[in-house]
Amino acid sequence: MIEVNAVYVLVVREFKKLVREKSRLVSALARPVLWLFLVGGGMSRFVTPGMGINYMQFIFPGIIGMTILFSSIFSSISIIWDKEFGLMKEILVAPVSRFSIVVGKALSGTVVSVIQAAVILMFFPFLGIKLNFPAVLNTILIAVLLSFCISSLGIIISTFYESFESFSVIMNFIVMPMFFLSGAMYPVNRLPAILKILSKLNPLTYGIDALKHSILPNSGMADFSIITDLAVLVIASVVFVLAAGLLFERKK
Amino acid sequence: MAVISVRNLSRKFGDITAVDNVSFDVEEGAIFGFLGPNGAGKTTTINILCTLLLPTSGKASISGYDCASQPSDVRKSIGVVFQDSTLDKDLTAYENLLLHAYLYKLKRAVMKERIHDALHFVGLYDRRNDLVRKFSGGMKRRLEVVRGLLHRPRVLFLDEPTLGLDPQTRANLWEFIVKLPRTQNVTIFMTTHYMEEAEVCNRIAIIDNGKIIVAGSPDELKKTLGGDVVYIRTSDNRRARREIERLFNLDVSERDGEIYFTFARGDACIPGIIKTIGETVQSIRVQRPTLNDVFLKITGKEIREDALSSGDAVKEAVRAYRRRFDRG
Repeated sequence: MIEVNAVYVLVVREFKKLVREKSRLVSALARPVLWLFLVGGGMSRFVTPGMGINYMQFIFPGIIGMTILFSSIFSSISIIWDKEFGLMKEILVAPVSRFSIVVGKALSGTVVSVIQAAVILMFFPFLGIKLNFPAVLNTILIAVLLSFCISSLGIIISTFYESFESFSVIMNFIVMPMFFLSGAMYPVNRLPAILKILSKLNPLTYGIDALKHSILPNSGMADFSIITDLAVLVIASVVFVLAAGLLFERKK
Repeated sequence: MAVISVRNLSRKFGDITAVDNVSFDVEEGAIFGFLGPNGAGKTTTINILCTLLLPTSGKASISGYDCASQPSDVRKSIGVVFQDSTLDKDLTAYENLLLHAYLYKLKRAVMKERIHDALHFVGLYDRRNDLVRKFSGGMKRRLEVVRGLLHRPRVLFLDEPTLGLDPQTRANLWEFIVKLPRTQNVTIFMTTHYMEEAEVCNRIAIIDNGKIIVAGSPDELKKTLGGDVVYIRTSDNRRARREIERLFNLDVSERDGEIYFTFARGDACIPGIIKTIGETVQSIRVQRPTLNDVFLKITGKEIREDALSSGDAVKEAVRAYRRRFDRG
């Protein structure tokens, strides 16, 4: 059902474009770096998470999650743009299953997000965090899973919009709430009940929780077990990618 | 044999019927022109034929495959050049074609050769490693056309291929397109709202408000106007009138010292006239009706002016509907 040729060429296209436009990579990295050092640096003066961890260290997994969130969602909702002005129609009239297109786009978003997340991860020595090679590898693997999950979610979002005017709606009502209710900046278990429920429905929460396990092990900062995190991410990815495939079919 | 067959096709967007009970056939190797003002239903029809949109009712098939139920087989049989460019501007010409080759599962062995041939064919071989972003409108169009042909489709769809190009580029592109059925063994289905461009088609269908109002070859359609008007000046108009009326069995009129009559193919009657009254003829001129005249006669309006604005209104309504639909 998945056509490898199509998936492969879509991913290579995205990778080529990323390498070609290095400015895109740099500007995409500016946001997490600002949050990490300006917001994180400022807040660390009067917030102490405890357990010998300072605030910048606490938000580091969340900032990696943020990098993935923004880059995956952007990469996927570029489909809206592509439908109107770009390559998307060319892909849609090709003899390729809608499911392959969705997987190809989700993996394209994954490649871009993981590269960005990996660059941000390399800031760990400056934050006084010690990671050995297996821990870095585990973090990257979690980033891959989370990126794929969020990219697939982004494709679902893209099928509901026909024009790019909806961009700020998506930003303000989907992306920003997802970020704030993910445990990136503060632990979600101290939130009011209603927000706690919302944060538990947010796939990003589990991705960031898993990153806390791999980046800040044995710190007591994670809210769920790593098994729960990974299970939720895998199940959500499968559900999202299948739903996106169905939504990508022709309009009735 | 009909390579495209459309029967009673309709497509509604809410209350608006964009395509209304349309039927037609396109023969193998033909250049079929779908003409009409903006918003007449041309692009909606193409989108149904290209498997991007499902019809509300009716049937459309390409190469015997049903566009609604066998999209994959239809997609293999067609190449499409859309109204808005679908090239990736951040990739090179070569990479755009390579992407297409992968999407259509071309064999590795033939891939490179076909891409090189295609680039040579449109004179872009030397520019193959340039980003498409740097190309002119005409270059992009030519690249899109050969990209659509790369997998050797049976039918090539061209939706307003010359829109937004300057007259010289348009003329060059047409010269290129009319050769395709012969050189590339492909049937062409094109839409345009430039009537003069449709003259190159073997067959055309004129669509307005979602309905096909007339179909035939350009010559046939012009015949519905009664054909060309032939004006002759002679030294003996009385004799000339008598001879011509006898020869073609029609009525000849006279005005301002010139006799004139309507004839299906004005140029074809000239040899007969020369043979019978050649020594008295001083001048002959043939006025050909244009497809614009045809459209004017049938709809009572010009294809450009008010037709265009009412068409745009329909297009806007369709967009508004889709926006609502997509959110709801």
